[in-house]
Amino acid sequence: MTTTVSAPSLVAHPWLGFAVRRLGRLVGSVLILVSAAFLMIHLIPGDPVRGALGPAAAQSLVDAQRASLGLDDPLWQQYLNFLHHLVTGNLGTSITTGLPVSDVIRDRLPATVELAVAAFLVAVLIAVPLGLAMGVLTRGGRRPRAELGFTSTAVVLAAIPEFLLAVGLVYVFAVTLHWFPVAGRGGVASYVLPVLSLAVGPAAVLARICRVELLAVLQTDYLRTARAKRLPAPAIYLRHALPNAVTATITLGGLLLGGMVAGTVLVENVFGWPGLGSTIVSSIIAKDYPLVQGVVLVYGVGVLLVNLAVDVTLALLDPRSTIRES
Amino acid sequence: MRRWMAVLRTPVGAGAGLLLLGVLLLAVFAPVLWSHQANAIDTDHLLQGSSAEHWLGTDNLGRDIFYRVLVASRTSILLALLATSIAVVTGLALGSAPAILGKRGGRAATAVVNIAVAFPGLLLALFFAVVFGVGAKGAVLAIGFAGAPSFARLTQTLIAGVAERDFIAAARIAGVGRFRMLVRHILPNIAEPLVVNATIGAGGTLLAFAGLSFIGLGVQPPAYDWGRMLGESLSGIYVHPAAALAPGVAVVIAGLAFNLFGEAVAKGFGVQVPRTRWTDRTPEATPARDDDNDAVLVVEDLHVTFPGPVTPVRGVSFTIHKGEIVGVVGESGSGKSLTALAVAQLIEPPGQVRAAELSFLGAPLLGRLPVRSTAAVRRRLLGTSFAMVFQDPMTSFNPTKRIGVQLAEGAREHQGLTRRAAMDRAIDRLRAVRVPAAERRARQYPHEFSGGMRQRAMIGMGLMGAPALIVADEPTTALDVTVQRQVLRLLETIRTEDDVAVLLISHDISVVAQICDRVLVMYAGRIVEDLPSTELATGARHPYTRALLAAVPDLDTALDEPLAVIPGRPVDPARMPEGCAFAARCAFASDRCRVEDPVLIDQVACWHPQAQAEYSNFRTGQR
Repeated sequence: MTTTVSAPSLVAHPWLGFAVRRLGRLVGSVLILVSAAFLMIHLIPGDPVRGALGPAAAQSLVDAQRASLGLDDPLWQQYLNFLHHLVTGNLGTSITTGLPVSDVIRDRLPATVELAVAAFLVAVLIAVPLGLAMGVLTRGGRRPRAELGFTSTAVVLAAIPEFLLAVGLVYVFAVTLHWFPVAGRGGVASYVLPVLSLAVGPAAVLARICRVELLAVLQTDYLRTARAKRLPAPAIYLRHALPNAVTATITLGGLLLGGMVAGTVLVENVFGWPGLGSTIVSSIIAKDYPLVQGVVLVYGVGVLLVNLAVDVTLALLDPRSTIRES
Repeated sequence: MRRWMAVLRTPVGAGAGLLLLGVLLLAVFAPVLWSHQANAIDTDHLLQGSSAEHWLGTDNLGRDIFYRVLVASRTSILLALLATSIAVVTGLALGSAPAILGKRGGRAATAVVNIAVAFPGLLLALFFAVVFGVGAKGAVLAIGFAGAPSFARLTQTLIAGVAERDFIAAARIAGVGRFRMLVRHILPNIAEPLVVNATIGAGGTLLAFAGLSFIGLGVQPPAYDWGRMLGESLSGIYVHPAAALAPGVAVVIAGLAFNLFGEAVAKGFGVQVPRTRWTDRTPEATPARDDDNDAVLVVEDLHVTFPGPVTPVRGVSFTIHKGEIVGVVGESGSGKSLTALAVAQLIEPPGQVRAAELSFLGAPLLGRLPVRSTAAVRRRLLGTSFAMVFQDPMTSFNPTKRIGVQLAEGAREHQGLTRRAAMDRAIDRLRAVRVPAAERRARQYPHEFSGGMRQRAMIGMGLMGAPALIVADEPTTALDVTVQRQVLRLLETIRTEDDVAVLLISHDISVVAQICDRVLVMYAGRIVEDLPSTELATGARHPYTRALLAAVPDLDTALDEPLAVIPGRPVDPARMPEGCAFAARCAFASDRCRVEDPVLIDQVACWHPQAQAEYSNFRTGQR
């Protein structure tokens, strides 16, 4: 705190200090993200345009493409141009389709966001109540068998990566039982399997953490104080234990949501989901670098926004975190 | 080494170890043994289902899937291990950079790690896959570098933990250079958790690599690993599910082998507490006595038992009257705090409380109540008339709620006040305990209060109702001396103004002597002496009470002599001796003391109570 909040007026407002620090970090992260996305093309060994067009392409075509991408300008000028284009919303043109990258993203982003948000909600709505209930039921070493069953199930489920789970779910529920479609994005039924594939692993992790956190909170002095006030059990658990137990859960939940954003890449490929995930894979294989750049930026910004949302939520729940140096 | 063997002897550790060994042996020998079967093309049997000849059927070139899965183990595991080593080495370099580079360079390295850690591994892997190109080599580098930030974070955390230790400080003072310090002193101390985490990480890497191969960015044809086999057969899952499921199952098993083994080792290296069962005992219900109208709290033969079984409180009896301040003193472990918690009904299972009688304002507190509504009545009685003040004001308030809200909620619950009225009462009570600017303070969070302020607020919380008893468990121990005085004086004032009884627990006999009417001296879970505090200086008869008094230094204490101590150590409640628990430390102990347990007769539990004449040997702690 001493480094950023030095003026006494800021000390008097922990929230202002928090906002300044947090926004500063966001801006820094975005700058690094943008620079990394820009440098990506230049870090690739060899000529990216030659790579994209293949060895058979005519040299004149390669030269023309290089000129149109501005790859022959000095690096700093390319960087400035890149930043300028970004600010105006111009992400370049896809080499393979010739469409503006921003159009492709606008087209594909909603499917991915839907998938990630739905999976996150499902995971949280299952995991938090389940973890808390298990915490209450197994507090102080009660019901050791239920605890063992819960923990081992959660460990196994958390260890299965989403794309394998997706394949398993497809086999059981689509191929064998015919309950849900195998692939594609159509009605509500088509969402069930992709969302489940994404949600189950994180839900298992969250539920475990939630239980452990609740157990830790139940041991604290302030919970003893709450009991000494003779509050009824629901008030003790929901009003006093819950806000303290969920802070770690939210921190982790945010990481998991970031992970889910990335997990969509694999799951979309299993289900042929028309989102950004399938786009980034096909564009990496096709060496369509402008498109890759654009999608990487979108994913990265998405993750940074999720992290920001987590920090703000934490600050609202636990005011101490506004003065804690992260 | 011995600890590793111990891990392998646990069922989970042995199972995971065997599984991992099997997976590794398969990776080494499968290609040698079955390469031929795996690559034999049989155009007569394309995409066939399970048969005696081909257990899991054949792929689109008629090759046996079972053998291909086995042979693919080498590529899959080897590449995963390579990527893991890149992750560990890069992470170690990044994470230990602050220790080598010094402040400025270290800060830059930390910043890079902090930002990189914020992005999911898969996104980093995709980014690096673009830079390093599609293929096995690119994927190994990509996954390796993508895993580096989390290892760097782990290294930083571990180094920070070690850097605080004394031997590091000693080495630093001895002038050991930064690099040498890292290699010789720090790394050996964090190697173990790093290895364990690398093992767990290898499982994750295996799965991540399968993911990259699965979407076509990893191993390229004609080479194959589990991920690529899965990706290629996914489109045919309708006609030939085994081809997709078999490599998937293989990935999960191999990943779990690394994961479980790492977890088992991690768990085995941590400290484990053996769990024991013990029998339930229900307290015997006895009718409340009503011969003592003035009594606020009656405790008869109170026991507190924990699994083991240990009984840190064994048969405590006392009565507190209206407006009386009773002190309980004793060393740590004498059972005084547990007595307070048991009286307050705050012992949580697996702890067990039983007593011949435990009643508050004439109402029994122990025993199951027949009707739910009576439980609510009991809760309301305790909630309004029974106040608790805990030892550590820093941790006894909920950090996420405003002080005023925490004071008010009991009143809203038990007295049915509105939010507004309860808050007004809270502000009023904060004023009563002399918290300045109470209105503003009520809106603040606990971390904005000082320790002394918090303890006052805690007392104020107890005053929200109309308390008949305040149980204060070491209320001044965590505070500095001037603040101690203020808090004690506050308790005294409340007693005189509202005729409230106070049970004051303290290990500090001088604190108790200051404000108490009566003192209960506890040793090894028993009350050994019960005397008015005015008689502490002259009338103490139990050798332990006298020893406690003698151990208090005062202005006359000679500075050049060692401070008086009680010889020996307090008894371990798990190994309670026969006879008097204090006998081993007592100068007056006789043979009788060592076999026969003294009971509290005439306010003292001792076979050889000391007369006042012998008292001059002891200094007093009375001020």
